[in-house]
Amino acid sequence: MEIVIPPFDLKSISPIIIITVFAIIILAIDVFFKKTLRDALGYFAILVVAVTGMVVGTQLGETVYSFSNMFVVDNFSVFFSLIFLVSTGIVILLSIRYTKQEGINNGEYYTLILFATMGMMLMAGGADLLTIFLGLEIMSISLYVLAGFRRDCVRSNEASLKYFLLGAFATCFLLYGIAMLYGATGTTNIKEIASFLANNPSLSNPMIVTATSLLVIGFGFKVACVPFHKWTPDVYEGAPTAITAFMSVGPKVAAFAAFARVFLVALPDVGQKWSVILWVLAALTMTVGNLVAIAQTNIKRMLAYSSIAHAGYALMAIIAGGDFGPASLIFYMLAYTFMNLGAFAVVIILGRKGEENANIEDYSGLGYKHPILAVSMCIFMFSLAGIPPFVGFIGKFYIFSAAIKNGFIILAIIGVVNCVIAVFYYLRVTVVMYMKKPVREFAPLSLSPFIIIALIITVWGTIHLGIFPGKIIALVQNSSLLY
Amino acid sequence: MPYFFGCSYLDLIGYVLLFPIAGSVINGLLGKKLSKPVVGIIGCTAIGLAFILSFFVFIDLLHLAPEHRVFEKDYFTWIGSGSFESIAGLQVDPLSVVMIMMVSGVGFIIHVYSVGYMQDDDGFYRYFTYLNLFTFSMLLLVLANNFLLMFIGWEGVGLCSYLLIGYWFEKKSASSAGMKAFIVNRVGDFGFILGIMLIFVTFNTIDFTEVFQAAPEHLQMGGFVVTMITLLLFVGAIGKSAQIPLYTWLPDAMEGPTPVSALIHAATMVTAGVYMVVRCNVLYTLAPFSLTVVAVIGGVTALFAATIGLAQNDIKRVLAYSTVSQIGFMFLACGVGAYIAGIFHLVTHSFFKALLFLGAGSVIHGLGGEQDMRKMGGLKKYMPTTYKTFLIGTLAIAGIPPFAGFFSKDEVLLEAFTKGSLLIWGLGAFAALLTAFYMFRLLFMTFCGKSNMSKHAEAHVHESPMIILIPLLVLAFLSIGGGFIGFPTASAINSFLAPVIGGGHHGTVDGGSLHHVSAGMMFSMMGISTGIAIAGIFIAYLMYIKNPDLPAKIAKKFKLIYTIVYNKYYVDEIYDATIVNPTVKTSFILWRIVDVRIIDGFVNAIARIVELKGEVLKLFQTGYVRNYALSILLGGVIIIVCSLILL
Repeated sequence: MEIVIPPFDLKSISPIIIITVFAIIILAIDVFFKKTLRDALGYFAILVVAVTGMVVGTQLGETVYSFSNMFVVDNFSVFFSLIFLVSTGIVILLSIRYTKQEGINNGEYYTLILFATMGMMLMAGGADLLTIFLGLEIMSISLYVLAGFRRDCVRSNEASLKYFLLGAFATCFLLYGIAMLYGATGTTNIKEIASFLANNPSLSNPMIVTATSLLVIGFGFKVACVPFHKWTPDVYEGAPTAITAFMSVGPKVAAFAAFARVFLVALPDVGQKWSVILWVLAALTMTVGNLVAIAQTNIKRMLAYSSIAHAGYALMAIIAGGDFGPASLIFYMLAYTFMNLGAFAVVIILGRKGEENANIEDYSGLGYKHPILAVSMCIFMFSLAGIPPFVGFIGKFYIFSAAIKNGFIILAIIGVVNCVIAVFYYLRVTVVMYMKKPVREFAPLSLSPFIIIALIITVWGTIHLGIFPGKIIALVQNSSLLY
Repeated sequence: MPYFFGCSYLDLIGYVLLFPIAGSVINGLLGKKLSKPVVGIIGCTAIGLAFILSFFVFIDLLHLAPEHRVFEKDYFTWIGSGSFESIAGLQVDPLSVVMIMMVSGVGFIIHVYSVGYMQDDDGFYRYFTYLNLFTFSMLLLVLANNFLLMFIGWEGVGLCSYLLIGYWFEKKSASSAGMKAFIVNRVGDFGFILGIMLIFVTFNTIDFTEVFQAAPEHLQMGGFVVTMITLLLFVGAIGKSAQIPLYTWLPDAMEGPTPVSALIHAATMVTAGVYMVVRCNVLYTLAPFSLTVVAVIGGVTALFAATIGLAQNDIKRVLAYSTVSQIGFMFLACGVGAYIAGIFHLVTHSFFKALLFLGAGSVIHGLGGEQDMRKMGGLKKYMPTTYKTFLIGTLAIAGIPPFAGFFSKDEVLLEAFTKGSLLIWGLGAFAALLTAFYMFRLLFMTFCGKSNMSKHAEAHVHESPMIILIPLLVLAFLSIGGGFIGFPTASAINSFLAPVIGGGHHGTVDGGSLHHVSAGMMFSMMGISTGIAIAGIFIAYLMYIKNPDLPAKIAKKFKLIYTIVYNKYYVDEIYDATIVNPTVKTSFILWRIVDVRIIDGFVNAIARIVELKGEVLKLFQTGYVRNYALSILLGGVIIIVCSLILL
């Protein structure tokens, strides 16, 4: 038997190569120049992200399959990769001062973040279930470590362990689902699965139905949708805040990218049938996330539940499908990146060593003490709540109109009602900031030029995309044509 | 054509807007930390630069052939939604150039004056922020090339007038006057925006050029649609330009600082309505009925406000009613199709009305805040410069040749006579008589006769400083010479503005030029208007200089009429009783019972339930990994079972 070595198209995975190589270099620098260069590692990591972003940018507009159709570069993956890189860049900007303050500024911190980003890019570009799984694992394992990075803190250890145990548990479902799908169709390639199902209408095949269920559970865990969401608040609260910010955006967006590709490309007909079950999941996710968020007093926990609710909205975009569904998903993910990371930036700026300043009550009177910071926080809260003219409004509007266009009117109504519920806890932050007297003195702000840049970028993104969304929407619509 | 770094001044038109808004932003953000002189310099420079640039734009425009004097500059697509597209763009043509020169020029003088007048005020920077914003809004209003952008300026001046009238907001009367101005304006704006919507529905565009080009083919002469459009737009003009029945805010507006009154009455705000009607002259010409409405409202307002002016004792209030009356003149001119005469009167009026208001401000300043004319008198010898300039302003408004007001008012009356009817002319002529009378009454009571000042006031009365007097002198000069731009036999303003009338191409309307009138007719009309003015002055002289007891006797004899006029025909009271109070009472009921009891109660109940649910759901968050894993497992099992059953 002749072994055919498939042609290597290194160009298509060049961003992944760049980010991996430099991540390893950062690790090496940390080992060999422990004292002298440690501070510079963060800057270096930002540079890596920027370069990778530029390389990814050049790939826009082409559709290339490589490595025996296991990896694909198309506008969908390129756009998602850009979102990952933006979020990674912002998170690194947030981390530079934060890690020093918390005493966790080791080189492997940035290495792990870059590895996780690489995993996400692999997920977005995965044209084979195994590629997606590989990306997912690279991302997850990095995150397990990052969540427990404050080694001397019990909560951080707890977060890491919980995330790891439950993550491993959920991954089993995913892998089992992939295996069953392989059993039913004889392939793990997304396109081939699609053509197999098109030629063999076997929708009620129990094997495929079960496999799909298992995939839903696996992805559902990663995007934290109800009832697979329970790990989220505990992990978010315990993890270092910068990592929480990272987890609340990057992995979630990556999981949605993979989710969308698998469901809308590999299983289009199955997906359509499945919309009933996803419908229930989305409605539950939104409602439970928002309701429980109301009862939270810790701002990180509140943001964790709010991120669950946002996963519900994004799920609605996948259910809607059609032309607008994926486009609205991409746009919403970008919007969510800016506003959520912005909110975390404010939390980090106000945080003291050891995270004690994480209660919503502690923000009382912020509007008078630090007006600019308070206004930024207001902008993020308004945007998350979906109030115009901020980007959150446009994003929600886009998703809801996609849902209505494709006939999911009741789901859209549930979504709108949820937005109203969400206003309660987002505005509470604003109310506390402006209408309550400070409970105690604010700690000196942990400001650095980098975090200010991060704040400016996120505020700019939240406002600019809210007022002039036209260009991005055009780009996004162009990117949503899967294959 | 003069060029500025390679581009013509026309291309720089955006800077006419940029300077004032930049001044406003700088003063608004940093003004608190800057010293007063710096704030004043920033505020004045911003408007000064805008004026200089406007002037160069004007020169540039003169270099073009009259039929090519339209320049449009589009900046960006502001709103694009389906078939609706609004481009943020500016339009420079003779009409807008005349307006921006007037607004920025008179505005600049008022800014300079304000530096002296507001010297001791704590909110100095806030004042200049608003003042610059006000000028910006007005410039935007006249430069816009479509109805929507114009509406932004339109609302902007409304907002700024609210802020400035209520500038001394700790004074109850000032803050409620500000509110009144805003609310009354909103009533008019409602009509205005309906008019804009109707234009969009009819033409599918809101661009001036496109609308005015399409109008003659699209619309039937005197048709229902064009009549509705023009009437609705005119409702907006009634509110903004203080005509019957929405004039009540303007007299109250003098609660603001005096330079603000000057700005509102002379350069910005109230002239907006007249400008809008002239801008839309193509539409109005197609709607004879609307024109009649405009003329009648203008004429009746001119007369009505003049009668109220007869009996007022507050110096600024008299001036306020005179503004209402003079704006009425402008609408009267527009209503008979003499659009250029309307604009001409608008320009001269801005000179002498600014002069009169600033002069009144100088008097008030000199007397330490006194506004009641009965407590003045004999100020001539204490404030000689103010007196002389004020006299010039009064002669100008009364219409004595060769002062500015004579030429414009004469032209309005002449047009009213030849194009309108005897009745319209009669309204205007009688109003002119009353104007001459009450303005000289004001002059005599304030500056002539014997002093009625209190001992304390008399000891402190003084002439104002130079920074106040210089603006007065400049405006006095303009009030003397300003009329010659419209000198009947060789009217510069007529030929300059003519292309604007009739949508750029000379159509059915002759632009209100006077060529159709014989010289004999013209001069006899001039004689009549002068005679009317002199008669008014003579009566005032008889009553207030020669025979100072006479007014009291007359007031006694015609007590009923006097009381009614003195109380401004009780219009405010009627509005209060019929509209304001019922609205307030209804709102009160809605608030206390419907909102607090029913709606709030309902909302609170829902909020409680939601919160409880949240608390209950929180209980499931135990913190044990085994429980979490269990919930994943249970969820998974349910999903698999459901999917197997359902699919």
